[in-house]
Amino acid sequence: MDMIVTLIQAAVAFGTVIMFGCVGEILTEKSGSLNLGVPGIMYIGGIASLAGTFLYERSTENPNTFICLVLALVCGIVGSMIGGLIFGFLTITLRANQNVCGLALTIFGTGIGNFFGGSLNKLAGGVGQISVPTTSAAFRARIPFLSDLGVFGDIFFQYGWMVFAVIVIAIMLHFFLNRTNTGLNLRAVGENPATADAAGINVTKYQYLSVCIGAAITGLGGVYYVMDYIKGTWANDGSIEKLGWLALALVIFTTWKPLNSIWGAYVFGVLYWAYYYIPGLTRSSQELFKMLPYVVTIIVLVFISVRNKKENLGPAHLGRSYFREER
Amino acid sequence: MAKSVKHHREPLVRIAKRDTMPLAKAIAVRAIAIALSLVVCAVVIYAITKMNPLKVYATMFEGAFGSKRRIWMLVRDVMMMLCIGVALAPAFKMRFWNIGAAGQVLVGGIATAACMIYLGDVLPTPVLFLVMIVTSCVCGAIWGMIPAIFKSRFNTNETLFTLMMNYVAIQITAYCVSLWENPYGSNTVGIINSQSKIGWFPALFGEQYMLNVIIVSVLTIAMFFYLRSSKHGYEISVVGESENTARYAGINVSKVFIRTMIISGAVAGLAGFIAVSGVSHTISTDTAGGRGFTAIIVAWLAKFNTITMVLISFLIIFLEKGAIEIASKFQLSEYASKIITGIILFFILGSEFFINYKLIIGKKGAK
Repeated sequence: MDMIVTLIQAAVAFGTVIMFGCVGEILTEKSGSLNLGVPGIMYIGGIASLAGTFLYERSTENPNTFICLVLALVCGIVGSMIGGLIFGFLTITLRANQNVCGLALTIFGTGIGNFFGGSLNKLAGGVGQISVPTTSAAFRARIPFLSDLGVFGDIFFQYGWMVFAVIVIAIMLHFFLNRTNTGLNLRAVGENPATADAAGINVTKYQYLSVCIGAAITGLGGVYYVMDYIKGTWANDGSIEKLGWLALALVIFTTWKPLNSIWGAYVFGVLYWAYYYIPGLTRSSQELFKMLPYVVTIIVLVFISVRNKKENLGPAHLGRSYFREER
Repeated sequence: MAKSVKHHREPLVRIAKRDTMPLAKAIAVRAIAIALSLVVCAVVIYAITKMNPLKVYATMFEGAFGSKRRIWMLVRDVMMMLCIGVALAPAFKMRFWNIGAAGQVLVGGIATAACMIYLGDVLPTPVLFLVMIVTSCVCGAIWGMIPAIFKSRFNTNETLFTLMMNYVAIQITAYCVSLWENPYGSNTVGIINSQSKIGWFPALFGEQYMLNVIIVSVLTIAMFFYLRSSKHGYEISVVGESENTARYAGINVSKVFIRTMIISGAVAGLAGFIAVSGVSHTISTDTAGGRGFTAIIVAWLAKFNTITMVLISFLIIFLEKGAIEIASKFQLSEYASKIITGIILFFILGSEFFINYKLIIGKKGAK
């Protein structure tokens, strides 16, 4: 029983990181932009919030928890939006290839994240690892009463608040895409920008907004990872990059539906951590088990393409730039 | 009399497609982009290190060309990047987004390492090399072929498929690493055959990496002519321009997809062979490193022309080496090189716009 509880907890924490990435990327992809910069944006979001709060916590004797929280979120969101803006400017205005720009953004973001993650403390004249205890504590605070309800509390409430926030964001995105005019317009842009343009929708504006807001949500995944998952420090082990690609995989797994990401992310979490809880695995066969989320994604990808049902495929114009005068 | 006709508002800047830009002008645009990016990088470096940017570039130059050994390291890494870029060229020219080069390199590397470990004592050296080349090519080809089969049969999205295949390959590598780890508990394979040097590239003309240069140069030139002058190359470019046109012209598109990805994967597998047998003599999940992704950008920027790729790989690796030198001088993280690479790529990618499109300012362009 204990083992199942810890597996679920590990899966939820893990799933939250990639759910942020996935929900943000769904919003981005709905406008027809395939942003392969997800890992890069997560890195930028994570390091921006860490750097902001680190400098603040270092400068004052008694850091204010509320300021820490706001600062972490604002820095993370602004940082990742800048990442999204770079991608948007290159692909939407300059019409550069999306795949290539996304990969360049991943390289750039990985560099920014790990460079400042590794050197920030040194640049500020300190020694040792970065840590932001006050901010991290604010992110990891549990709901007082609900988290004490025995096993029930352990499974559902032993998490920081961002775990619940991402679920709300996913539900909001679902309603936005399916129940509002703006959402309908956005999907039209992703399916066929020329038609949307003819219908009077400002294609460029929609693309920019969806790429930037999508990047902000994706970046929050980095913030959650840094502040809650690894408790307010930095790890130069490339795990954000891995998580970023998994978030991209999850977008396919959910067939571009935000609601599916809520359970899909946790399934990925279980698949990812399963090796740890299966008895009798040697260290080498554990590595083979870690392949599961990727293999499952490939199977889903093949499955949706074989069935070829329109509602399961991604936006029709995904991955291509739109130029009005092109025929 | 009031104005009865409302004037249509002319946009301040209009964008129009260019036909073709003269080569000299196109080169100038790229040169300006690179120069601008270096200025931005200098500002970034100055902000971090407070060091004179010109001195910084001198340090970078020193890091890349400072000694004979450094130059050979530079050449070795350029060859590695170039080899992967060459592997990607036919796939990209076909507009088949093979993001999976890293995975194809890794499986090729695993095959090579397996041959070195298990067959090193059994086979005579020439036969061993033949076996290593064949198995690494076959493994890479299979890795490339799987997404192509699904693409041609069900139109499965190859960008995402090949991306996932990378991670399957990485986990297989991690499996092999813990299987072959040496010494036990280190979780690395260590240098394979470090005493006997069986399966290592021999030094030619007294230079350890000469064979790498020869193999990759041959591949580069061969691929250039394959794409430009062969019937296959012609079919690839027709499929890349328009699948429907290709079908209309009687080209079997599925066959071209699969055949080209076998070639692309095989060359990438060969890159894995070079990485293991010719460079690192070990295998790890970092064997392909970030090279797979950077090579994609190199191949794209070179417009699938393998000769141009030499220059671009050279530029990227030079920057990488230079940035690492700066980082170590200031005891900063080596990841500084990725920031610089990223900035420069942004600029070059952005500059393509000015080659493909022209801006018409004001009403001059209005009819």
